[in-house]
Amino acid sequence: MDSHPALVVNDLTKVYGKDKAVAVNKVSFTVDRGELFGLIGPDGAGKTSIFRMLTTLLLPDGGSASVDGHDIVKDYRLIRNTAGYMPGKFSLYTDLTVEENLNFFATVFNTTIEENYHLIKDIYIQLERFKDRRAGKLSGGMKQKLALCCALIHKPTVLFLDEPTTGVDPVSRKEFWEMLKRLKDQNITILVSTPYMDEATLCDRIALIQQGSLLSIDTPENIVKSYPDTLYAIRASKISSLLKVLSTNEAVASAYAFGEYVHVTFKHEGPHEKDILAFLHEQGLEDIEIKPTEPTIEDCFIKLLKK
Amino acid sequence: MSETVIHAENLTKRFGDFVAANALTLEVYKGEIFGFLGANGAGKTTAMRMFCGLSIPTSGKATIAGYDVYRQTELIKKNIGYMSQKFSLYEDLTVLENIRFFGGIYGLSNAQLKSKSDELITQLGLQHEAKKLVSGLPLGWKQKLSFSVAVLHQPKIVFLDEPTGGVDPVTRRQFWDLIYDAADKGVTIFVTTHYMDEAEYCNRISIMVDGKIEALDSPGNLKKHFQVDSMHEVFYQLARGAKRGE
Repeated sequence: MDSHPALVVNDLTKVYGKDKAVAVNKVSFTVDRGELFGLIGPDGAGKTSIFRMLTTLLLPDGGSASVDGHDIVKDYRLIRNTAGYMPGKFSLYTDLTVEENLNFFATVFNTTIEENYHLIKDIYIQLERFKDRRAGKLSGGMKQKLALCCALIHKPTVLFLDEPTTGVDPVSRKEFWEMLKRLKDQNITILVSTPYMDEATLCDRIALIQQGSLLSIDTPENIVKSYPDTLYAIRASKISSLLKVLSTNEAVASAYAFGEYVHVTFKHEGPHEKDILAFLHEQGLEDIEIKPTEPTIEDCFIKLLKK
Repeated sequence: MSETVIHAENLTKRFGDFVAANALTLEVYKGEIFGFLGANGAGKTTAMRMFCGLSIPTSGKATIAGYDVYRQTELIKKNIGYMSQKFSLYEDLTVLENIRFFGGIYGLSNAQLKSKSDELITQLGLQHEAKKLVSGLPLGWKQKLSFSVAVLHQPKIVFLDEPTGGVDPVTRRQFWDLIYDAADKGVTIFVTTHYMDEAEYCNRISIMVDGKIEALDSPGNLKKHFQVDSMHEVFYQLARGAKRGE
C-alpha cells in the first residue's frame, strides 16, 4: 500500500446540466504521501467539483482517480473511512456545541476524541474555552478551526481542504497555514484549494487551475522560475494615471497594478529604464521609481490567463 | 480638502456587554477611495451597518452624505449604494431586468432607466448577455454587474463589502478599474478587503482591531510610521495583537 501515491488523478472530467457545461476538463495530477498540494484558482475554476469527486460525493463523467490506491467509484466506502474533508461551506451542526460536534464526528468514525487528541491538540486548545457554545454562534475563524478538528478526528490519511481560508483575514490565514505545516509533519497528505495566490508558495507543489483546466503543475519555485519575461515594477505618485499612461506606450506588452507598484513587461528585451523614465516624465508623472522585480505566483497566473 | 461625505465621531455600538464598535471617529471625503480593513470579528460589519442606516448606534454621532444615522436612515439608504460580498442580484432575472429592477427601486424614471441601462450594458461589454439570465454569468462578470447596479442611481457613496473575494487576478484588476472610474466621477468608495495589495490602491485606509480604529492614514504614511515595506506587514503588526477570537 505504501507504494501508491496518495492521490492519482487521470483525465478526470465533470459535465453539468443539459447544455453540458464542462466544469472539470481532463484534469490529471498525482500527490505523493505526506505532500501538501495546492489547487490554486478563482471561484468557478472547478476546484470544488474536483474535491467532491475525490471525496466520493460526486461521480465523474470521465477519467478516473484513486485515493490511497482506492478507486473513487468502486471503493468509495473505503475512501470515506480514511479521507478527511472540510468543505468550503461551513457544514457542521450549528445547533450542537463545539464539543458535541467533535464527539459526533469521532463516534461516526468509530473512534473517540481521546484516541486522536494529539492530532487536533494545537488547534483545539484555542477552541476549548468555547466548548459549550453552539457551533452556529462561533465567529468565522473559530468555525474554521472546529471544522478542521472535525475533519481530523478520525486520523485521516488524506485531508481534503476546500478553500479553508476564503474570506479569512491575513493574520488568521497565516495561523491556519502554520497549522497545516504541523499536520504535514505528522505525515498526513493534504490537498488544499485557495483563491489566494500568496498562499501558493506555502505548498510543496501546486496546480494552477482556470475554467476546469490545469494551466501548470510544479513546485512554486519552478513555476516562478519559468516566467518567460523580465518583469519591472514601476511606481509613481498616482497609480491610476500611471496605468493609463503605460497602456499607451508602444513598447509595453502588459501593465497591471500590483500593490503600490505597476508590474510591466515589454515586447523586446531591455534595458528599458531610461526610455520609460523619460516617457513618464514627459507625460507629467512624478516621483517615479522603476526597477526589475521577481515575479510572484500571481504574475505567473496572470501571464497564463492571458495566453 | 474637499467636501466631507462620511463624518463619524465616537460612534459606538454595544450588544449587551459587548462593544462591537468602540468610539469610531473618521472623516471620508468626496471622490475618495477609502479602505476599511480589520481582522474577522474586529467590528467592520457592525460599523458598515451603522453607516448604511441599517443599525442604530448606541452612542456617538455620524452623518452619511449629510444625513443623520439616528433619524434619517431612509434618506441615507436613498443616497448610498451597497454591494455585499454575497452575490445579491436576482439570478432568475436577466441582466437587463436586474438593472431595471434595481434602478426602479431607487426611483429612476422610465426614460432614465432606458438610457442608463443601455449605457451600462455598453460600458460593461454585455450586449450579447443583456437578455440572458444572470445565473449563467461567470463570477467576475456578476461582480462587475453588481457594482454597476450599486452605482446606477449615482449615489454619493458606495459601500463595497469584500467585492473581490475569490475573483481571479485579472478580473480583480478590471474590477478596480471600475472603482477608479467611479471615484474619478466623484463617487466616494468605501471598501473592505482581505487582499493587502488592494489596500495599496486606496487613498486612505483605516484598520480596526477589537472594535477600535487603531490606524488611519494613507498606505504610504502607514508604512513609514510602522517602518515596514508592505501593507501586509502593517496589518500584521496591528492585528496580531487582537484579543477577540476572530
